[in-house]
Amino acid sequence: MIALADYLTVGAILFCLSMAGVFINRKNVIILLMCVELMLLAVNMNFIAFSHFLGDISGQVFVFFILTVAAAEAAIGLAILVVLFRNKRTINVDDLDTLKG
Amino acid sequence: MSLEQIIFYVFAAILVFSASMVITVRNPVHAALNLVLAFFASAALWLMLEAEFLAITLVLVYVGAVMVLFLFVVMMLDVNIAAIREGFIRYLPIGIVTALLIIAVMAMVVGGDYFQLDQMPAPTPHGADYSNTKELGMLLYTVYVYPFEIASVVLVVAIIAAIALTLRRRPGTKYQNIDAQVAARSVDRVRVVKMKSEERK
Repeated sequence: MIALADYLTVGAILFCLSMAGVFINRKNVIILLMCVELMLLAVNMNFIAFSHFLGDISGQVFVFFILTVAAAEAAIGLAILVVLFRNKRTINVDDLDTLKG
Repeated sequence: MSLEQIIFYVFAAILVFSASMVITVRNPVHAALNLVLAFFASAALWLMLEAEFLAITLVLVYVGAVMVLFLFVVMMLDVNIAAIREGFIRYLPIGIVTALLIIAVMAMVVGGDYFQLDQMPAPTPHGADYSNTKELGMLLYTVYVYPFEIASVVLVVAIIAAIALTLRRRPGTKYQNIDAQVAARSVDRVRVVKMKSEERK
């Protein structure tokens, strides 16, 4: 049988990988958005594992809402990205310093 | 090793592999495709946790909609990969160190005795007549009905925001006016002028 610890470990590895991805791809907004999606996936994995092992289906309802919000976030993030590229012809994070005082 | 364990470790390995490919490959299109693979692998893991509805939702909504949107945007933007990859090597050590540090901390928490099978025994599997979708719906439309409504409002706001952000009006653009074309008569376009011939000077 597979213990809860195994699922939690998979979620932890996934979360750390995506966090390392934010560190090493810090110039590319598209990859940053993908790393955020991976982080949410890791969190959802924990929710579903706990929901299964504790016998409480509320955890799955929470995952449902996280999926909804993540989809909205991806849509708006990509829309901002498109507008950004249209105006500045770049998606390099270093070039986005016009608000710097 | 039972069949269940083999399936779990195979899909967990695919998941970790594709996640590490997402953060390391050069081409954003390859990263998006690897993310699709990661979503498929985790959907398989969710199926093993008896969350059938969410597993199918993950495939339909994420692979079918969100990742297609990602691929669309990645292919639409003409991104200079070389400029965007600079600093990859420079930030690689701090990324690896931070990841290892956090994974060590998390391993101490989740890898200890607290979440093993003797502390958290696996629940008995549901029978064939158990419907995960029905159970989820029963809870979602009774206890969580207000959050459900708010979630739909969030989606509407996201649609409106995304369209309003990317909508572009270009005032100088010339459009075809079909009404005016069809209504045009020959007398509007050609004017016949009668005049006497003049002598060349």
